[in-house]
Amino acid sequence: MSASASSSANTPSIPDVVIRLAGNSQDGIQAIGGFLARLAGRSDQEVMTYMTIPSTISGGPSIFQVRMGSGEILSAGDRADVLVAFYQHSYENHRASLRPGGVLLYDSDHVTPNPDDKEITAVGIPMTSATVEAVGGSSKEKGKNIYVLGLLTRMFDLDVPKLTQLIKERFGGKSEDIIRNALLAFDAGYAYPAEQLRYRLEKSTVAPGGRPQVTTDGNTALAYGLIAAGVRHGAAYPITPWSSIMETLRTELPKYGGLFVQCEDEIAAISTALGFSYGGNLAITGSSGPGLSLKMEALGWATMAEMPLIVINVQRGGPSTGMPTNIEQSDLMQAIYGSHGDAPRVVLAPKNVEDCFYLAMEAARIAREYSTPVIILSDQAIATRIEAFDEPDLPKLMVNLKPDTRPRDADYKSYPLDRITHHAPPGSLMASGKYPTVTGLEHDELGHPSASPAMHMKMMAKRREKIQALAAILPAPELAGDQSGEVLLIGWGCTYGPLREAMGRLRAAGAKVGHLQMRHLNPFSPGLAQTFNRYKHILVVEINDQGLYGYGQLATLLRATFCNPAIESITKTDGLTYKVSEIVEHVAKKIGLADTSIGMRKQSVLAMPVRN
Amino acid sequence: MSSSTVSPAPSLPPEASAKAGAPLTKKALTSDHPTWCPGCGDFAVLASFYKVLEKLQYKQENIVCFGGIGCSSRLPYFVNTYGGHYIHGRVLPFTVGITLGRDDLHVFAFGGDGDGFSIGGNHLVHTARKNPRMTYVIMDNSVYGLTKKQTSPTSPLGFKSKTDPWGALDQPINPMRTLINSGATFVARSHATQVNHMVEMMHKAALHDGFSVVEILSECVEFNDGAFDSSIPRKGGTWSTIELKKNDGSPEDAARHDPTDELAAFKLALEPWPGKFGLFYENKTRPTKNAVEQKLIANTREKTKNASDLELLSKTFARMR
Repeated sequence: MSASASSSANTPSIPDVVIRLAGNSQDGIQAIGGFLARLAGRSDQEVMTYMTIPSTISGGPSIFQVRMGSGEILSAGDRADVLVAFYQHSYENHRASLRPGGVLLYDSDHVTPNPDDKEITAVGIPMTSATVEAVGGSSKEKGKNIYVLGLLTRMFDLDVPKLTQLIKERFGGKSEDIIRNALLAFDAGYAYPAEQLRYRLEKSTVAPGGRPQVTTDGNTALAYGLIAAGVRHGAAYPITPWSSIMETLRTELPKYGGLFVQCEDEIAAISTALGFSYGGNLAITGSSGPGLSLKMEALGWATMAEMPLIVINVQRGGPSTGMPTNIEQSDLMQAIYGSHGDAPRVVLAPKNVEDCFYLAMEAARIAREYSTPVIILSDQAIATRIEAFDEPDLPKLMVNLKPDTRPRDADYKSYPLDRITHHAPPGSLMASGKYPTVTGLEHDELGHPSASPAMHMKMMAKRREKIQALAAILPAPELAGDQSGEVLLIGWGCTYGPLREAMGRLRAAGAKVGHLQMRHLNPFSPGLAQTFNRYKHILVVEINDQGLYGYGQLATLLRATFCNPAIESITKTDGLTYKVSEIVEHVAKKIGLADTSIGMRKQSVLAMPVRN
Repeated sequence: MSSSTVSPAPSLPPEASAKAGAPLTKKALTSDHPTWCPGCGDFAVLASFYKVLEKLQYKQENIVCFGGIGCSSRLPYFVNTYGGHYIHGRVLPFTVGITLGRDDLHVFAFGGDGDGFSIGGNHLVHTARKNPRMTYVIMDNSVYGLTKKQTSPTSPLGFKSKTDPWGALDQPINPMRTLINSGATFVARSHATQVNHMVEMMHKAALHDGFSVVEILSECVEFNDGAFDSSIPRKGGTWSTIELKKNDGSPEDAARHDPTDELAAFKLALEPWPGKFGLFYENKTRPTKNAVEQKLIANTREKTKNASDLELLSKTFARMR
C-alpha cells in the first residue's frame, strides 16, 4: 500500500481536524493520540492534544483528543469532527462533543447508537472482532487501538511509512511478535472499506522552521529544560500529576552524573533539595498543590537563608485531595504568598509545552543569579498534553554547572547588604579563616543571628529589593492583536491557546481585542500599568473560583497592584480547559457583540463542500 | 564535557584525606560564644566535639555542621566550620542532600530530642533506612527547654511540665530501640558528664561509613534538673558502660556485647532506665546511600559510553522527532 492509495482528485481537502477518542483508560487510546501527534510533528503539521485520565488505577472512562492540521493550532478544539467510541458509555458521554456533520466511528461490537440521530454520520465498525480476527491467536482485542489508528490513517490519508516507523520505534524494545501484531492490526484497520470517508489534510501554511519538530508533553519538556539548564540534583515525593517529572529525572539524571532522591515526604523532599543547593548543586523539587502546601515552612527558610532552589508545582483541582486529575489554576496565591512571614520569591508560569522547556531554563538562571527559590506553576493540562515544536538549539542553550568552590577573599560575607547574596558552598577556602553560617534566623551580614530591629529591616529590604531588581529587567510580555482598544484578554498557563484563538475570532467579528499571556507572575513584568490603560476592559481569564469578592486569583492581584477598575474576572472551575467559544461568549456579552458565531465553525469540516 | 557533579567517593578512613595545612585546633574551631544557660550539658558536648575534630584533622573547609531547632541545635553557630541552622525537625533530610551531593564533605547534624524524635521522627526512621554517610548527634534533655518546659518525646511517664502539670501521660520513646529498629548502622549512647566517653563515641561515629547516631543525655539544668543523676556516680547513680567483645576466646568475653548482633543490641536497649552507655549496634556491611547512588551513576554512565551531556540530550530530543 502506498501513502496516497486512497487519494484522488475529489477527495475533500480540509484545513484541520479534531479527533476525539473515547474509551477506558486501559484501551491504549493515549497511545493512538500519541502516534497521531508525533506523526503530525514529523509531517511539519501543527498539533495539539487534550486528554483526561481517571484518578482510579485501572479502568474508568478516559479520552484523548487530538487536533492536527495546517495553520497555527492553538487549542485542542472545542468540538470534535470525528468521535471514536469504543463503548456505549463513550458514545453516550461524548456524542455531544461532535459537531453537526461530524463522523461517529463506533465499535459495533459494543455500541448501539441512536438510529434517529441524523445530525452526524454514524459508521459502525466491528473494531473488537476485526482486531481479534486480524491478529489472531490469544492476543484478544489488545490491538484495537492500533486498528483504529489504521482506520484514521486511511481516512485522512496520513503518511503510512512514517506511522509504521513510529509503531516500530514504540514497540521496538519488545518482542518481534508484538511489532508484528501491531502492524497486522494497523493494516486491517487501514484496509477497512469505507470509501465515503476519505479526506486530505491541507499542507501546512506555517513556513517550516529551519529546525526539526519534536513532539512531547509539558512534564517531559520541563524535565529536559532543567537538564539543559545544568540542574543535576533533585528530590521529591510522588503525587499526581507531578510524578512523571520525578520519574524522568530519577532515570535521566544518573546518565549526566547527577542524582534524584525519592524522599519519605514532601518536607523531606524540599529539605534534601535545599541541602543539594547548599552544597553548591542547584536543585529541583516539585509537587502538586497539597504537596506545595507541605513545603511552605522550608520555602520560608529558602527565602530567609537566600538559597537557590527550583520548585515545580503541577497544579490540579483543590483544595485538599480535590480533583487530582482535573485542571485548575488555583495555586497562584499559594505560590506567591503561601508562607509565614514576608517571603518574596519568584513565580513563573509556562504558557504551553514548548515554553516549559525555556521557562525551566529561565527558572534555573534566576535561582542562581538572585539566590532565590523560584516556583514554576504548571498545570494538569500542560503537563499531559502533547504538542509539536521546534527542537531547541541545544549546543547554544546547554549550561554546565558545578559547585563554585574557589577560595573566597577575606571580605567575604554570606549576606552583604550592598549586593545580592551568592553563597560559598562548603569546600571553598575562606581567606579570613572564618567560615560562614547560613540560617533561617534573622542574621547580620556574616550570618550570625541578630535580633536587632534595624538589621531585620535592612535584611527584609535586601530580600525584597533583589526581587525588585529582577522585575526591572524582565522583558515586557508579548502583546498580541490590537495594541489598544476595547478588550485586553489576560491569562496565564494553559489558557494561552484558547485565549489567542478567541482573540482572533473576536477581531474577525470586528472587535478591537488584544491578548497578553503572563509568564512572570511574581514579580510582574514592567509596563503592565501603561498597557492596561490602553483598553476599556481588561478581562482576566482563569480556571479558578471567583472568590468572595468576584475575582479570580490573578485578577485579584492585578486589581490590588494596579488599582485599575477596568480589570475584571472570568473564571470557571469545571476541571476542564477553556473552550474558545466560552471565552468569546463572555467577551461578546461584555462588549455587546451580537453575533458571537463569527469565525466559529458551526459544522464539521467533514461536512463541508469539496474544496479542490 | 561530562559535568559529573558528584565527586568520587573518598577512601575511608577519611582522616587520611586532610592532613595538609595548619593543624586544626580548638582555637581555629571556636566561633560565637554559646548562648546556653550556665551549667547546660550542651557545653560539654561542644567541648567534646572540638576534641573530636582535633583528632580527625579534616580540612576545615570540608566540614559541615547543621542544626535543627532547639537549644542544642544552635551548636553549629559555635563551631567555625561551614554550617548553619535549618528548620525544626528537618535537619536530617537537609544534611542528606549535602552528603549525597558532595561526597567530599564531612557532614554532622545536631539536634535535641524534640527535633529528632518528635517533629523529625519520620525523617529519623527514613534516614536510618537510607544510610547516608553522615553523623547525627542528639542531645537529649527529655524536655522542651527553648520553649520553657513542655513535655518532650523522651520525658518519662509522670514528668511534670507546663503541658502536663499532672505528669506526662504518654509512653516515652526509647531512642536506642527506635534507631536499631529503623536500620541505623551505628547506634551509640553517651552522657554529657562523661567527656572521654563522648569523644570516643563521636569519634567512632565520624569514622563509621554510613548513618551514625550518638544520643547524648545532656541535662537541662533550668527545666529538668537532675534528670540523669541516676547515671552520675557523684550524684549517687551508676555509670554502666557496654563492654565490647574482644573475640579473645576468654570466658569473660562470652558476656561481652557483640555490636554487630542486632538482637543483642535490641535487648540492651530494653534494659530499664538509666540503662547502659556505649556502642549498641554497628553494621559495617550495609552499603551507604552515597555508595549505592554512586554505583548507579557509574553503571549508567558506562551504559551511555560516557557520552557528553550535549550528546545525551540531543539523542533524547532526536527520539521525540
